[in-house]
Amino acid sequence: MNLYAIKAIYTFEMARWWRTALQSVVSPVVSTSLYFVVFGAAIGSRIDSVEGVSYGAFIVPGLIMLSLLQQSISNASFGIYFPKFSGTIYEILSAPISHVETVIAYVGAAATKSVILSLIMLATAGFFVDLTIAHPVWMVVFLILTATTFSLIGFIIGIWADGFEKLQLFPLLIVTPLAFLGGTFYSITMLPPVWQTISLFNPVVYLVSGFRWSFYGVADVDIVVSLGMTLGFLAAALTVVTWMFRTGYKLRT
Amino acid sequence: MNMHVETAQPAVSISNLSKTYDTGFEALKSVNLDIRKGEIFALLGPNGAGKTTLIGSVCGLVNPTSGTILVNGHDVIEEFRKTRAVIGLVPQELTGERYETVWDNVSFTRGLFGKPRNDALVEKILKDLSLWDKRKERVITLSGGMKRRVLIAKAMSHQPAILFLDEPTAGVDVELRRDMWRVVRDLKESGVTIILTTHYIEEAEEMADRIGIISNGEIILVEEKNELMAKLGKKDLTIELQDPIATLPEHLVSLGLRLEREGTQLVHSYDTQAERTGIASLMAAVSAEGLRIRDLSTSQSSLEDIFIGLLRDRT
Repeated sequence: MNLYAIKAIYTFEMARWWRTALQSVVSPVVSTSLYFVVFGAAIGSRIDSVEGVSYGAFIVPGLIMLSLLQQSISNASFGIYFPKFSGTIYEILSAPISHVETVIAYVGAAATKSVILSLIMLATAGFFVDLTIAHPVWMVVFLILTATTFSLIGFIIGIWADGFEKLQLFPLLIVTPLAFLGGTFYSITMLPPVWQTISLFNPVVYLVSGFRWSFYGVADVDIVVSLGMTLGFLAAALTVVTWMFRTGYKLRT
Repeated sequence: MNMHVETAQPAVSISNLSKTYDTGFEALKSVNLDIRKGEIFALLGPNGAGKTTLIGSVCGLVNPTSGTILVNGHDVIEEFRKTRAVIGLVPQELTGERYETVWDNVSFTRGLFGKPRNDALVEKILKDLSLWDKRKERVITLSGGMKRRVLIAKAMSHQPAILFLDEPTAGVDVELRRDMWRVVRDLKESGVTIILTTHYIEEAEEMADRIGIISNGEIILVEEKNELMAKLGKKDLTIELQDPIATLPEHLVSLGLRLEREGTQLVHSYDTQAERTGIASLMAAVSAEGLRIRDLSTSQSSLEDIFIGLLRDRT
């Protein structure tokens, strides 16, 4: 294991993040705070509690999950796309570093960033609503698993993309709609039965449901199913990454 | 003959290396090449000849279609950790993490190649390359020549035993080029094997121990530089006349002389390796025609002339 290389990439990525802290840390916190102000305080006060949880508090896990998905993808995709774009990827390819090590370093850095952001947002949310976290350990487990999975997806997108707009394509057209329709702002039990069934094909439902369960002990789908699905997505992302590296897809000519 | 040299393991050993890109372009066609330990090897060739593909195959940037590459006896694919750890690469393109400082860039590479932090060494490298004053500046703010130095510093940061320089002095001013030659020579002194590709024949002529010429994906020649120059070298004998002449006498034309510089010079090209250069009889013939000689000079053809000649012969 080339630990020095993992450390070099990881610290380099984290340093880049801190250097652009205004953009990378402050702006997601500000935009999430706006959600709390609008949906939690302004509109939320007119909405009944959902499954015994006040609406403002109910949306916290969903909002954090939404941001976690977006941030994980954007951090990881940018992290690997930028060296490709600037040409510095030659160094990674010519270094004595295995694929596994490359993924650990890039995905690890991206996941760390989005987990830190989520925790900052959680603290921010505490200013607006009363929070209870029933299962803190599981909350962290869901955070880390989801951050890792979506950082892997971001990594895949970063390797696949050959332009900046392609980097935006997947998050904008797929992840954000799925997150909005995946129970971020509502419980899917509030939907008509047909749409409840359709919602079960939305992977984000399982992520949000499991994460919300760790806060309030209420869930749209069984917690074991949520955990199983979360692990399944992780396995799927790992499989794709492994295939990419095996074939040298879009990395080595 | 020194048998030790003959049997020493090459630094890089390339056998039957071929690379066909997805587009169907055959960049390398069954290339065989050994690079000796401690030498400076210059790979010359026109654009698109396969130089960068060849380097990329050794360094891990390109997946070879077939063939094997050994670095210090280790396969570059099966044992990539062993091979890549000893190779430094200075790419042709001026890249670098542009928003990071020179210091961070160089330290990053050292870590990437599995070496622990060593500030004293990075300091020495930066000083050697006249980059010390720039260490806190972001790469994006540097001039092209300085960026090139940063790339060299990065490649040297992990103390490679083999250094690839892909067009190291492209777009670099003369002063900087001489500086780099000095750095490369120092590296060779310290035992580093150096492979450089270049357009500048002058560079190969100045630095290389051996020269390989690649064209259309094939190595068409590998030779000691001095032998190459001696073997293929032609000399021009220039005879300056006291008084210009309008036409060259038939007899002198038949001896291979040509008239140049508005009738003031007679030029004769001859092969330095030939049994007889024919200079003595030529001089006799010139004075027999009653021409008065003011001066004589000879000039050796440059590697560039040789190179162009070789490529012309093949097309």
